Amino acid sequence: METRQQRKAAAQGAGPGDPRSPASLLEGTDRETLLNYYYQMVLIRYFEEKAGEMYTRARIGGYCHLNLGEEATVVGFCAGLEADDYVYTNYREHGYAICRGISPAVVMAELFGKKTGCSRGRGGSMHLFDLKRRFMGGYGIVGGQLPLAVGAAFALAYRGAREIVACQMGDGTTNGGPFHESLNLAKLYRLPVVFLIVNNQYGMGTRVDQGSAVPDLYRKACAYDMRSERVDGTDLLAVLEAVRTAARIAREEREPSLIEAVSYRFRGHSVVDPDRYRPEDEVRRWRERDPILLYATRLKEAGLMDEATRQELETRAQQEVEEAVRFAEESEFPSVEELYDFVYAGEGGR
Amino acid sequence: MALRPMTMIEALNNALALELERDERVVLLGQDIGLNGGVFRVTDQLQRRFGERRVFDTPLAESAIIGTSVGMAVYGLRPIAEIQFAGFLFLGMSQLVTQAARMRFRSGGAFSCPLVVRSPYGGGVRTPELHSDSLEGVFLQTPGLKVVIPSNPYDAKGLLAAAVADPDPVLFLENIKLYRSFRQETPEEYYTVPLGKAKTVQAGDDVSVFAYGAMVPVALEAARQAQQELGISVEVIDLRTVWPLDEEAIVSSVEKTGRAVVVHEAPRAGGIGAEVTALINERCLYSLLKPVARVTGYDTPYPVPGVEDYYLPTPAKVLAALRQVMEP
Ligand SMILES: Cc1ncc(C[n+]2csc(CCOP(=O)(O)OP(=O)(O)O)c2C)c(N)n1
Ligand SMILES: [Mg+2]
Repeated sequence: METRQQRKAAAQGAGPGDPRSPASLLEGTDRETLLNYYYQMVLIRYFEEKAGEMYTRARIGGYCHLNLGEEATVVGFCAGLEADDYVYTNYREHGYAICRGISPAVVMAELFGKKTGCSRGRGGSMHLFDLKRRFMGGYGIVGGQLPLAVGAAFALAYRGAREIVACQMGDGTTNGGPFHESLNLAKLYRLPVVFLIVNNQYGMGTRVDQGSAVPDLYRKACAYDMRSERVDGTDLLAVLEAVRTAARIAREEREPSLIEAVSYRFRGHSVVDPDRYRPEDEVRRWRERDPILLYATRLKEAGLMDEATRQELETRAQQEVEEAVRFAEESEFPSVEELYDFVYAGEGGR
Repeated sequence: MALRPMTMIEALNNALALELERDERVVLLGQDIGLNGGVFRVTDQLQRRFGERRVFDTPLAESAIIGTSVGMAVYGLRPIAEIQFAGFLFLGMSQLVTQAARMRFRSGGAFSCPLVVRSPYGGGVRTPELHSDSLEGVFLQTPGLKVVIPSNPYDAKGLLAAAVADPDPVLFLENIKLYRSFRQETPEEYYTVPLGKAKTVQAGDDVSVFAYGAMVPVALEAARQAQQELGISVEVIDLRTVWPLDEEAIVSSVEKTGRAVVVHEAPRAGGIGAEVTALINERCLYSLLKPVARVTGYDTPYPVPGVEDYYLPTPAKVLAALRQVMEP
């Protein structure tokens, strides 16, 4: 039997110091697109830092989970899909929503609980929706999104559509029944779905190996004879490549896949988490492996982004976030009269 | 007895520590309850004191948490499971409803399931749906399951001890807003507060108010204002065990006062208020001077923070209901 130590080591297999994805990945893509990935990563970084700040200033209520440290996974995942594919995520979804094209202002307004938010102020941080951009929702119930994603993939297959479904989740989610039930169904019915595990190595205070008998999470797909792989979640191009391949296979061959992207969340589980359970040196080590810095270095080394360009992109992202806050501040709250709206169809929701 | 001012969190923590000391069969399980002491720190330090064998973390799997607790209970342990928020009970509901609650009944009394499932519930602290839901009404139609909701630290400790000692499964719902809202002198020693017994918090002659959890202080404040403004004497009864109800306490109070108001933050339809009202109709119709009034949440999912102050019952709303039932 494996010991706890061995399991822990295995869980962190793709940890700091792993080799980077091949340089050929840079070559196939034009400079503008590559720079746009950088822009999206820093946009998410600034957005999330600002969301944390707005939470502590009581502009945002409820619970608020940030994508800090996961930017390469978020951007790589979204970039590997086509614009009309459908995306399901958990509640740690601000970055995905933005990458799918919901404006940061509308996302921020939703976090503030304002009427101009993408869920009309009804969903809050954990429940962002935008049908037009095929962002099918963040979900507050852990694992809640998985069967829904499978059902959506079923509907697509049923209609003979070309689009696919992509479903994000956390590492802790793989220990629940919905994960296993959903993978089984997806494979059994051969549905066009790509599952992504964002292994940030903790589910709240529980380290992967403390919650999962199999800490190599991608191996859980074996039980359903589903193709799967593990990638470095701090390497944007590696995530992108894996998602693009899985998406193609889903689209062309009707085969589901599971991808495990290993990264680390830079802060606590949610903004209010005092984060007492992670060793300081572990946090420091992973913070040094900042996905944004890694990608910036790559672009610089390849002569694709000079310092002036980097600064310009970052300033633009910062401005977009400031603008988002201003929009959210100035928007209105839903009124009490609307309480019953949307409980049911029809006038007044009743 | 040695008294100490405790918050509800401290009283519950103290109760759990006593259970672990008293009875080797007691085990605590749930998500992040060990090192982290649970989302609200109710199990703080208990793993350190009693070890990982007695107080342990589970994976993120509510169905397995409750289901394995059923197995443990049937086999002779005394599991106390924590579900992080009542909204997540739905994922373990199958085990609670289809297994725990029916074990005794379907085995013809051969098996029992002395299990306690603890879970925080309730609104008013700016958390969103699923983290603010009041679900007691959902479990009214689960014969075999008891549902307990304390309104103060003293009762919380004594009721939890009684729940652990009880031979049947108990869903123990802890109001989030009450967790740290006030301290109360609470004995350090072991004691129980009986399940199935309501408590008259304030005796009165003109009207009965039935409440539980965070609505007890709301009802008391309304009673105080009613005394001042309307000159009426209000009886406030804390139901404490919301299922099965303490029928005698309800009936004898209404027979005395002839008027009743039920207060809860859960949605209105099909809830505790509906059940108390039906009971009053069945057993005290001829004592009733006015229809029973309900002051409740609304029949919507729990609303966004901006609207929740309006959604929740307040002393003003209870006072309005008192005015209404006091009309001649
Ligand atoms: C069914 C359910 N149980 C518990 C929770 C509370 N909870 C919210 S997030 C979380 C941890 C999830 O961890 P993971 O899947 O790794 O995702 P991460 O937060 O790391 O992105 C828990 C236990 C929940 N929201 N839903
Ligand atoms: Mg995680």
